Amino acid sequence: MAIRFDKLGVVIAAIAAYGAVVAPFATFRANRIVAGEPRSILEALPQWSGAALLAILGAAALVALLKTPLALRLAASVVVLTSLALLIGVAGAHLTPEGNSFARVSAASGFWLLIFAFTLLLADGLTRLQLSPVGRVAVLAVAAAAVWLLLASGAWNDLSLLKEYTNRADSFWNEASRHVTLALGSLVGAVAVGLPLGILCHRVDWLRDGVLNVLNIVQTIPSIALFGILIAPLGWVAANVPGAAAIGIRGIGVAPAFVALFLYSLLPVVANTVVGLAGVPRAANEAARGMGMTDWQRLRGVEFPLAFPVILTGIRIVLVQNIGLATIAALIGGGGFGVFVFQGVGQTAMDLVLLGAVPTVALAFAAAIILDAVIEMAAKGRPVAEAA
Amino acid sequence: MRAWLPLFLRLCVLALLVAFLVSPQVFEPLLKPLTQNGAPAIYNQGSLLSLALQHLRTVAIATVAAIVVAVSLAILVTRPAGVEFLPLSRSLVNIGQTFPPVAVLALAVPAVGFGEKPTLIALFLYGLLPIFENALTGLTTTPANVVEAARGAGMTGWQRLLRVELPLSLPIILAGIRLSVVISLATATIGSTVAAKTLGEVIIAGLLSNNLAFVLQGGLIVAALAVLIYDALSALERMAARRMGQVSAE
Repeated sequence: MAIRFDKLGVVIAAIAAYGAVVAPFATFRANRIVAGEPRSILEALPQWSGAALLAILGAAALVALLKTPLALRLAASVVVLTSLALLIGVAGAHLTPEGNSFARVSAASGFWLLIFAFTLLLADGLTRLQLSPVGRVAVLAVAAAAVWLLLASGAWNDLSLLKEYTNRADSFWNEASRHVTLALGSLVGAVAVGLPLGILCHRVDWLRDGVLNVLNIVQTIPSIALFGILIAPLGWVAANVPGAAAIGIRGIGVAPAFVALFLYSLLPVVANTVVGLAGVPRAANEAARGMGMTDWQRLRGVEFPLAFPVILTGIRIVLVQNIGLATIAALIGGGGFGVFVFQGVGQTAMDLVLLGAVPTVALAFAAAIILDAVIEMAAKGRPVAEAA
Repeated sequence: MRAWLPLFLRLCVLALLVAFLVSPQVFEPLLKPLTQNGAPAIYNQGSLLSLALQHLRTVAIATVAAIVVAVSLAILVTRPAGVEFLPLSRSLVNIGQTFPPVAVLALAVPAVGFGEKPTLIALFLYGLLPIFENALTGLTTTPANVVEAARGAGMTGWQRLLRVELPLSLPIILAGIRLSVVISLATATIGSTVAAKTLGEVIIAGLLSNNLAFVLQGGLIVAALAVLIYDALSALERMAARRMGQVSAE
């Protein structure tokens, strides 16, 4: 029997080989900001576990390389990812000298390449499984639970990233809640204003082009500039409108960040509402009118439910975009995970950057998967025109 | 609305932009009321023109690289030899778009250091996705009968790709490029947080010294550039669509 190779497997095996043999697995630093020294898998791990990891990697790469059953490929990727996650913690404990609280150990390029290679394998397997929306959310929940378990068990406590966290545990959760409040709050505001505005634009022709043009131009203003430009008018409001300062409106901080995110969120919400309503089949509208429904009843009973999946798509775009943009709020004192990113960039402490960036990416990723699942469930059985 | 009005407005924006970049001092009285305590109204730590050119250069390099890679990848996964990669590349594109640009930028710094390089990487990665997605849509929705006709006319796979499939997907690929360029123009400003020479420098200097005039001029220059480039690329797209005998999407 001829051996058949899997094309994606060749790519994965090549990345994995490079990540395991050539690139360093972990970096050791004498303190937080000096240049790191690379450590290979065998140097970074206690004798037996280094060899075991190499054996697991070799076997999994072979599974990826050959044409193997889907279940085996999924199992191989899960086993590799789990062992990598556990062993990077072991490397942290192994490399840190006893009683030394200054030394830092962090994951290096080899580790990240291996994670990338086998996440590819996992993603390919999951894509081929064609999971239902509920299934995808369940996979996400299992992955989140696994990461939480690792964090709670203390397996990663000797890694630099977690040391950065321990130093700022309080402010981390403050900034986290600030970040989520900014992203979600501006979304809620944008939906509250954007939905009626979109419906109005759908009904009133001359309004549509003007509103969409203005919102389009708002989108082209770079985020850091928009955040900055809003400082002045909000500062003026705080100084001159009685009561404004009392409810927390100030020139710098949360208020301009919130308003900027709100402005960026309007376009996707309004545009998708307009597209969604325009995509409602004429026949459905005619039928509703024939049944004697009023305008309001038609909107609530026919148009809105039919346009709902498209509007949800707009909301997904906004939420993912806001979670990313909220990092920039830190530049104007608005808080959020960006605080750690920019502090880390300023101190060239990359693990501090990761402390801000990783939760941001994870949040955006989780939001995308959950909302995609919701959209798919909402769209099921509804023949609505595809929207951009 | 008369047909010449939008064109006229755009020319005005262009003229204003060029005038501002070449001799910003002329506009000083306009921006002066925004400053406090006698702070300078016009960015004085470098020439606005050279910053704007560097900004455009960074975006151009990243976009050209993104076009080459994204279109090649899209071609690869739509050929019989690469069709196995199609579903995975689709989901990768979806996942990739959830990465916030600031995170990409900050994470690129440890790998390549400060300056222009991390910005180029972030812009490249972020620009890749819209182009790839559109190229994929264009290449997978080429009408089957046209491709069959080309095959019937004795064209080889290469000839079909170069003379039928790519020209037919050109308008939609251009739409992806347009989206990618506009995103990159705005994202490049964030590059200045890691010391890249872009117009973001002006905005950040304004934020740090509490000088609204700086923030405003940096932001408006980038916005004007984005609007003008967006329009120019839209026009190019309509031309390509007309040449292909398609009705423009807009």
